[in-house]
Amino acid sequence: MNPDHYLYLAAALFTIGASGVLLRRNAIVVFMCVELMLNAANLAFVTVARTRSEVDGQVFAFFTMVVAAAEVVVGLAIIMAIFRSRRSVSVDDDSLLKF
Amino acid sequence: MTGEAVVFWILAPLTVIAALGVVASAKAVYSALFLAATMVMLAVFYIVQGAVFLGVVQIVVYTGAVMMLFLFVLMLVGVDTSDTLTENLRGHRLAAVVIGLGFGILLIGGLGNASLTGFSGFTGSTGGGAGVGTVEALAELIFVRYVWAFQLTGALLITATIGAMVLTHRDQVGTAKTQKQLSQERFRRGDRVTPLPSPGVYARHNGVDRPARLPDGAPAPTSVGRQFRTSTDGRQP
Repeated sequence: MNPDHYLYLAAALFTIGASGVLLRRNAIVVFMCVELMLNAANLAFVTVARTRSEVDGQVFAFFTMVVAAAEVVVGLAIIMAIFRSRRSVSVDDDSLLKF
Repeated sequence: MTGEAVVFWILAPLTVIAALGVVASAKAVYSALFLAATMVMLAVFYIVQGAVFLGVVQIVVYTGAVMMLFLFVLMLVGVDTSDTLTENLRGHRLAAVVIGLGFGILLIGGLGNASLTGFSGFTGSTGGGAGVGTVEALAELIFVRYVWAFQLTGALLITATIGAMVLTHRDQVGTAKTQKQLSQERFRRGDRVTPLPSPGVYARHNGVDRPARLPDGAPAPTSVGRQFRTSTDGRQP
């Protein structure tokens, strides 16, 4: 099994996630696409770690997961706070951070 | 063709389809479900590649915790909030697709130039011998070499928790009203002092969505809760 295949898959997933961030206007879906990009990077980490027969890449993927979890918690809290004050989760409506 | 290749060629197209579903679904709940599917399949990829611990963590943390958090927030925000279809910026969608495609082509082209040797499998980086598995090697890395980073992630998680609590905390404006004050307010307004009538009284059914009947047989609209009113407009009481 060629490691390139996994990396191509990771690149495809990252690209789809990046396009989603550009395309979608619902803040929660944008957030999900960011998660998709992080997961794609994790797949690349694991694959490259395997080609080098070291587990350092897995440790990095593990730390990425922890940071992503913290990011989700804070991000969703921000989305909730904005929704509460503006009754909307569209990223277009939040062009002004105040008012 | 090895078993790993079979798993890869079956799951990789499904993963890409699910990822496209995340982006293309009109409703946010479908996006969340597609993302959960993508994450489960990525966990299978991790396990197939020998990163068993990471695969289990992926399922527990992502599909377990993170996706549930997403679904909770979707429920709070309202499930039926879908994207606005009007384009605020002209050509925004086309430009996003073109940029995405270009980025993907550049990324995959760059990967094509990279030279990777074949897989050699995990042996454990710290030279513990053949008997040391991946999990033991991971534990040694996390708790010895990267212990400082590990502790920092602990601090990060605590900070994120406190941040979420601060962000979602709602301050109470003024003091809470007592029952006496509420009662006085109700009488001062004067529109309705008694409790609202119960639904279904003297009606043909006693469901909560059926309005009660007044003495002259007319339905009492105030007896039905606000959330049922739209569905009972045309119904017989």
